[in-house]
Amino acid sequence: MTDKATKMTHPVLIFWIIAGWVGFCLLPWYMVDGGLWSFEWLVDGYPFDEDYAPAAFLIGQGEKLWLAPLLITLSLPLLVLPRAKSDPFFARILILSGALGFGWLIAQGFSIGIRGFNFAWLEAVFGELGDRQFGMGYGAMICATSFLFLLTQGIAARGAINGDVFVVSAIGGVITIVTAFVFFPIAKMLFAAFVTEDGAYSVAVFFSKFFDDRLWGLGCFWGAKCGAAWNSLFLAILVGFITTVLGLCFALVVTRSGIRYKRALRALTVLPIITPPFVIGLALILLFGLSGSVTQFFAELFGTQPTRWLYGMPGILIAQTLAFTPIAFLVLIGVVEGVSPSMEEAAQTLRASRWQTFKTVSLPLMRPGLANAFLLGFIESMADFGNPLVLGGNFDVLSTEIFFAIVGAQYDQGRAAVLAMVLLFFTLSAFYAQRIWLGKKSYTTVTGKGDAGVHPLMPSGLSVPVLVVALGWGLFTIIVYAMIVYGSVVELWGVNNSLTLKHYVTAFSVRFEEEGIRWTGAAWDSFWTTITIAAIAAPLTAAVGLVTAYLLTRQSFAGKNAFEFGTMLSFAIPGTVIGVSYILAFNVPPIEITGTGVILVVSFIFRNMPVGVRAGIASMSQLDRSLDESSLTLGANSWQTFRNIILPLLRPAILAALVYSFVRAMTAISAVIFLVSAEYDMATSYIIGRVENNDYGLAIAYSTTLIIVMLAAVGLLQLLVGRVQIGRRTLLGTETSP
Amino acid sequence: MTDRKIGSKAAPVRFENVSKVFGKDVVAVDNINLHVEAGKLVTLLGPSGCGKTTTLRMIAGLEMASSGKILIGDRDVTKLPATDRDVSMVFQSYALFPHMSVLENVMYGLTFSGFAKNEARKRASDGLELVGLKGFDNRLPSELSGGQQQRVAVARALVLEPQVLLFDEPLSNLDAKLRRQVREDIRAIQQDLGLTVVYVTHDQEEALAVSDEIVVMRNAAIAQMGTPRQLYDAPNDRFVADFIGEANLLNCQIVDTDGDMATIEIEGYRHSLPRRGLSKGTATIAVRPSRLVIGSDQGIPAKVAKATYVGVRMEYTLIGAFGQVFAVHDDVDAPLEPGTEIRMGFADKGPVLLPD
Repeated sequence: MTDKATKMTHPVLIFWIIAGWVGFCLLPWYMVDGGLWSFEWLVDGYPFDEDYAPAAFLIGQGEKLWLAPLLITLSLPLLVLPRAKSDPFFARILILSGALGFGWLIAQGFSIGIRGFNFAWLEAVFGELGDRQFGMGYGAMICATSFLFLLTQGIAARGAINGDVFVVSAIGGVITIVTAFVFFPIAKMLFAAFVTEDGAYSVAVFFSKFFDDRLWGLGCFWGAKCGAAWNSLFLAILVGFITTVLGLCFALVVTRSGIRYKRALRALTVLPIITPPFVIGLALILLFGLSGSVTQFFAELFGTQPTRWLYGMPGILIAQTLAFTPIAFLVLIGVVEGVSPSMEEAAQTLRASRWQTFKTVSLPLMRPGLANAFLLGFIESMADFGNPLVLGGNFDVLSTEIFFAIVGAQYDQGRAAVLAMVLLFFTLSAFYAQRIWLGKKSYTTVTGKGDAGVHPLMPSGLSVPVLVVALGWGLFTIIVYAMIVYGSVVELWGVNNSLTLKHYVTAFSVRFEEEGIRWTGAAWDSFWTTITIAAIAAPLTAAVGLVTAYLLTRQSFAGKNAFEFGTMLSFAIPGTVIGVSYILAFNVPPIEITGTGVILVVSFIFRNMPVGVRAGIASMSQLDRSLDESSLTLGANSWQTFRNIILPLLRPAILAALVYSFVRAMTAISAVIFLVSAEYDMATSYIIGRVENNDYGLAIAYSTTLIIVMLAAVGLLQLLVGRVQIGRRTLLGTETSP
Repeated sequence: MTDRKIGSKAAPVRFENVSKVFGKDVVAVDNINLHVEAGKLVTLLGPSGCGKTTTLRMIAGLEMASSGKILIGDRDVTKLPATDRDVSMVFQSYALFPHMSVLENVMYGLTFSGFAKNEARKRASDGLELVGLKGFDNRLPSELSGGQQQRVAVARALVLEPQVLLFDEPLSNLDAKLRRQVREDIRAIQQDLGLTVVYVTHDQEEALAVSDEIVVMRNAAIAQMGTPRQLYDAPNDRFVADFIGEANLLNCQIVDTDGDMATIEIEGYRHSLPRRGLSKGTATIAVRPSRLVIGSDQGIPAKVAKATYVGVRMEYTLIGAFGQVFAVHDDVDAPLEPGTEIRMGFADKGPVLLPD
């Protein structure tokens, strides 16, 4: 065996040094109009044209001279190539060049913008800069990545995490991207709240916007309107509470009742994943709106005038409860099943009646699940954008107010930022309160030991009301979904109820011509964009999520708790806030990606990352740690272990994360609505657009199609996961014969 | 085995003042010094939580020592991670990769050691042959019995020809019958190949059976080191005496000393045995259950409190003024009834004095 500690070749280091030079000398440094992948720039003046030139050529022509210091930091690592990794010089040089290079790149990016220097004091010191720069392109990005990984290799060489390059680089990479795409935009948004109209910072501006009556007004107590903040809070608490109760009812019915149709009830869990959130709102309008079937029916029956009661608080409440109950169910079913039956059996043998057992053992053990379900309902309701937009009427909530502040005639970034801060404050407080509440107690009842017990049935005093509620609500859900399908094939709801496929034709017609298929339908554009963006975002989301999960479950390092908190934080940030903060942060250099497809992909990655992390953590903690350790003692390094052992064993989790993030990317609306552009329109924002034009038929037809596409995706997943058979270790002390 | 296909690069292991502290103040291993000679099988034995597994994992490089120095061969490996150490380990759970066939599992480490694919395959087959699993190449671990999985895990570690081979309670997932056979196999392979093996167990019988040397650990420190015979016959203190094979600990008086020998007295019964540096006064004597002579003419008066028939022998609990002792007797044909008054003596060899 070679003596690895003193070997002189560093393939990973060589790779990143080369990458850095490629980024600096070959790729266009700045953003390229029309995208890098069109390769138009190759024939359009590259490498000398200022817009397409790599940094090296820019400097060679005497432009953008502030990029020149990077040459030094790129050259320094070449010095250490012949040295051993244990040489202190090796670590020092890499840390120095990585940190300086990365730092300089960031500093120049923020200091020099479209109008020269961004800060007055820089101009005062260096005088007017006759030059300017736009957003960083692939060249700059690859260069920055190279510096980052040079830095992490230097830190690893100094002995951090036993000198493990892969782990240190992964930590560095995750921290960097989370900082860049979660913390930086949020911070930028916070600053925007203090900016006056002429660009100066002022606390007074913040307070005047913050204490606006439209935000905190309590008018609803004497007949006027209440502020959006109170509305949102009140609504979110109600939705959180109701969805938790309903979710618990469903979970109890599935696990602790003799009812037969459990599989059908379980199918409910798929619904929220495949349904764009506002579709429920549309279906409710078809039922209870002014010309809704139920409204019309009662109006004729009693001769009353149809009212607009649905529009406002009641409508949003019903829609959100319908949309988010399955999420609460999804959370609670795991918890309710997780309560170890032997605990309940133990209680019964200790002479507790079924009701006492339920009250004193089962229910308290479900507390973390209840808290989680409430938190999810609360956050989802806060962040929900589609339903309030469709059903809101005069009932203002924060998410729609934010939207109108940015998109509407008022165009007030500061106000949007203040509203987003209030929204963020609510969700983070709920997130924090939940952690505090649960943090003190351990509720782990699943020990990994075989538990042959059976859950006792619910006490009958409880089971009757629970069954009634669950079945009633289940029936209502089915009706609502039936309305969606039915509504898509009706000519004009409430006016002309004849059946037609014309909405589908308008949206999805194709023409077969000599030169191939022509996608003539109105929806195809946004449909293909959505599929493409979702397909690009899904693997990236899964990758980031799984690497993070690996770091959280398998590695220990200083600051791990903060790291975990940071990565899970984006889960508590409503999509609306992400949307606003992205607009504010990525509209200007150094990262200037608004209006591109990249910003959509990035927003999906960080919106859905917590899901990937959770899925990864869940399945990784089921893999025995000794598997990694034995791989390590057999001479594989941590990257090889990750690739050869962990990834293959996580295939089901990876597939689930892939499909889930794909589907979520297709149904998301709250962040997307801010980030779409004419070129990159997404299905959901297109549908919302149709709804605003009262084109319900097309909107519902499109939504139905989306649901079917996603149902197919989920079905495909089930099929694939079912196929992936991995030999599991079954023995662990149970098998005996040799 | 004249034509050995798998060789050995056995190297000694040395711990110099090694400590391991978890978190701020949980001391798992407290300043231990240890020397494992090349080609020897050394067992780390102790109750759970005594630090034996942590010690093993520090040799593997899965835990890093908080202070002190660890040497394998001549090389200081204190700061080296597991990947870079020439050590392999057989895990309690075997840790076979469930998604790889038996052959792939055994080849796994070889592919990272720079062997060409063919060579790796050949060595892996040799390894499987050595543990008696020829022809199982393409099975998945889940298709093997517990004992077979165990052997795959051993083969996987062996084929790397490590400087040190580590076993972490390798028999604890096997049933009693299989245990005896597997531990004999492990010992045979170790002696054939001349491997340096460090072996962790909490089963003293297992330790006595396989070891060249046993290290008894208690509370993060080493209680005693020595050959099985030394530990059994001459334990240093009450803990070791009690942990290695049950021992009855009785208070006694040293009434006379003569050169290396001492005479002790309990309730008028006198017995002479090696002195072990003790002088007159109170002391403790450790007597193995099999070294109690029941029904002799002279001895300590005692009463049979419990009598249990376990097939090959009788087990008795005796009570008296000295307290309670546990004794075994080979005569199963004429067992003593509970309540019988007897006299209890000590065998000539076996009982040892312990410092009080």
